[in-house]
Amino acid sequence: MKHFADLFRKLDRTTKTNAKVEALADYFRIAPPDDKLWTIALLSHRRPRRTVNSRLFRSWAAELSGVDLWLLEESYHVVGDLAETLALVLPPPTERSDHSLSYWMGYIQGLANYDDEGKREAVMAAWRGLDTTERFLFNKLITGGFRIGVSQKLMTRALSKATDIEENKLAHRLMGNWTPDDTTFEDLVINASEGDDDSRPYPFYLAYQLEQELVELGEPIDWQAEHKWDGIRGQLIVRGGEVFVWSRGEELVTDKYPEYHPLADLLPDGTVIDGEILPFAEGRPLGFNVLQTRIGRKKVSKKLLQDAPVILMAYDLLEWNGEDIRPRPLAERRTLLEQLVDQVDTDGVLQLSPVVDYTDWNELAAERETAREKNSEGLMLKRKDSAYRQGRKKGDWWKWKVDPLTIDAVMIYAQRGHGRRANLYTDFTFGVWDGDQLVPFTKAYSGLTDKEFNRITAWVRRNTVERFGPVRSVKPQHVFEIGFEGIRKSTRHKSGVALRFPRMLRWREDKPVEEANTKEDLLQLLEQYGGG
Amino acid sequence: MALLEFTDRGIYCSRADVYIDPWRPVKRALITHGHADHSRWGNEAYLCTTSAAPVIRHRLGEVNIQTVNYGSTTTINGVKFSFHPAGHIIGSAQIRVEYGGEIWVASGDYKTEDDGISEAFAPVRCHHFITESTFGLPVYRWRPQEEIMGEINDWWRENQSAGKTSILTTYALGKAQRLLRGLDTSIGTIYTHGAVENTNEVIRRQGIDLPDTVRVTREIDKKAYPGNLVLTTPGSIGQPWIKKFTGAVVGSASGWMTLRGARRRRGADRGFVLSDHADWSGLLAAIEATGAENVYVTHGYTAIFSKYLRSLGLNAVELETEYEGEDVAEEDKLAEKEAES
Ligand SMILES: [Zn+2]
Ligand SMILES: [Zn+2]
Repeated sequence: MKHFADLFRKLDRTTKTNAKVEALADYFRIAPPDDKLWTIALLSHRRPRRTVNSRLFRSWAAELSGVDLWLLEESYHVVGDLAETLALVLPPPTERSDHSLSYWMGYIQGLANYDDEGKREAVMAAWRGLDTTERFLFNKLITGGFRIGVSQKLMTRALSKATDIEENKLAHRLMGNWTPDDTTFEDLVINASEGDDDSRPYPFYLAYQLEQELVELGEPIDWQAEHKWDGIRGQLIVRGGEVFVWSRGEELVTDKYPEYHPLADLLPDGTVIDGEILPFAEGRPLGFNVLQTRIGRKKVSKKLLQDAPVILMAYDLLEWNGEDIRPRPLAERRTLLEQLVDQVDTDGVLQLSPVVDYTDWNELAAERETAREKNSEGLMLKRKDSAYRQGRKKGDWWKWKVDPLTIDAVMIYAQRGHGRRANLYTDFTFGVWDGDQLVPFTKAYSGLTDKEFNRITAWVRRNTVERFGPVRSVKPQHVFEIGFEGIRKSTRHKSGVALRFPRMLRWREDKPVEEANTKEDLLQLLEQYGGG
Repeated sequence: MALLEFTDRGIYCSRADVYIDPWRPVKRALITHGHADHSRWGNEAYLCTTSAAPVIRHRLGEVNIQTVNYGSTTTINGVKFSFHPAGHIIGSAQIRVEYGGEIWVASGDYKTEDDGISEAFAPVRCHHFITESTFGLPVYRWRPQEEIMGEINDWWRENQSAGKTSILTTYALGKAQRLLRGLDTSIGTIYTHGAVENTNEVIRRQGIDLPDTVRVTREIDKKAYPGNLVLTTPGSIGQPWIKKFTGAVVGSASGWMTLRGARRRRGADRGFVLSDHADWSGLLAAIEATGAENVYVTHGYTAIFSKYLRSLGLNAVELETEYEGEDVAEEDKLAEKEAES
């Protein structure tokens, strides 16, 4: 694993994008083909199935290092990464092994055939021969969530440098439904032609949040606006009489959404639509929380289909009659999309995302204000002459999300953070007034500067009322403005509400606690925005 | 009444009416070392080791400081106090307190590895030991100083051959001087931020040898930096000051660099695991060497570390103090303020 560990060290030792790409390109120039293939797979979220149970894995590390399991768990809590924690507590290697990445991937996949005792022996044998960095990687490969600060995009750029194949072409070749077990580096990267795989999606075009004033965009007439629906961005492909649905995370999710299966027969072959997988009933989108009930479920029950039906809200047409039309202007693609959707009767499963009718920017701003009622996240602005590009690009497409909802709340509990922040109080619980009582309704742990965290920590230490394990209740003295993206009813939370993406927007030192918001205010927000 | 008590002003000996490292002003303060969270402003009288005094004086200005040598005893109302090397920074001490056959040791901050510049840690037998726990988790294990210094010098050389400036961030008092001793001056010139250089001057004046350094000033041509090394505080990164070193590479030397997350948050390209605090095995070895049955755990992973000590059969409790571990924000601020003045 030395090549790969060296690569990892180089990537880990720089925060500069160019240096990362350079390191990765060097690796792609010298590593054996099988290792290259695995590296591409790992950096494009194609990690093999888990073969070891996490609880057992921890207990073996505890055994080998002589560290009590509870202490290991506490360390994990502080470090925040299991693979890293285990790599750090294990004793120095007693021998040195040197195998390729693909050898280790085979080793890890092979664990599936062993019983627990066999797995234990194999894992321990591996640990004994690896140094700290290699162990960290080995653990990562076993436990998953392999992130080493390199996006798929950067990896593709590096691969392009190393192979002299155009980046866009590569990005497309690397998509689709392959695994290192069913292809080779040669076939996937070098010899591939784009038409090989019917399921292969196009890279998504993503937008940045609008930073400038609308007028700076130029003429309203040059822009198409539509709502940014609050579901999962997806790509629907019909080729060879089959339908494939990809989520933006480049996960093939066709099985999870049987609603789309009839489209295989209804849409012409050679159709690719960019849209939103959206829970929808009685003519309007349901909240994102409805969709959440379907994410992560492999088996879809009848009841689930009834309670959380989805449609595809179509934004864009990428392939038409088998032709890649991404370079054509949006206006043209939109016309073709409209024709296509009109032609077929999909019983509402495929719908056109309506374009907003507006003539000046003020009208558009007014439309954005309706986003919450419509269960959308805000608006999307797309230049009518724009091509469908790949990745996150500025200029042609912008998202213009609604401002977060806010509420002024009182800090009532504090808990320590992780890692370097284990000495600081960074995780807080907030309450709103219910008569003369403060009822807790949300937690938040981001949004303050390091300086503010230092100050609040010093304050927490001096103003603790009670301790419950790692949590302390504090004197109700500080008001924070809490921002969040959505609110819904929840039976799991004491307050009866759950917030989406809560965070601290500001420390309101100007505000006395008496002026914080009330439970009634919160319920009013729920009534206004929590529907559906 | 216990010989030492833990009050909201600090560790207190009521029989002698003195405090150890108090965090609110008191009449008489015994100070373990010069870091900002241990030696605070506003006490009427200070007692510290001879070698800790210059820095404390430099930082706190005209205050009433008496000094003692390591190992010599000061008796106050029958209570015997003596200072013993803690190995943390120059002049740092564990304070031994004895009365009626009962012995307590307040260790302040300490490390067990001899860094070659601080007076080396010496265990002191006692019944009650007050220990820090900054790195009191089994994930923190230091490698020998020479290895780390080797890595730092290699890194400097690499950057030099790429025509880049190496910026190394660290604490102005203690670690900076330790690094200076270990840097290979044959590679190039060592430039220093004012916060570091002010402390260097105080240390040199007390007769401790440090290699030559050059204070970064406006007069220096920007072209002079590439290939050389700049020693500065973490707080200076992200400030306008840093802009003059275009295309520089940033390294950070701290025990926290063990963890990838900490390295990322610090924004350092490269982390070097070098600490002036004891690691997991250092803490355990130090505690064992005291023979103490009662251990009081201050700043750091207090709850976890004291629970572990209890599992070893010791009588351990966690204490809430206002000391901070390595990476002390206040320490940075102080050093930077100094540099501005
Ligand atoms: Zn200290
Ligand atoms: Zn300290």
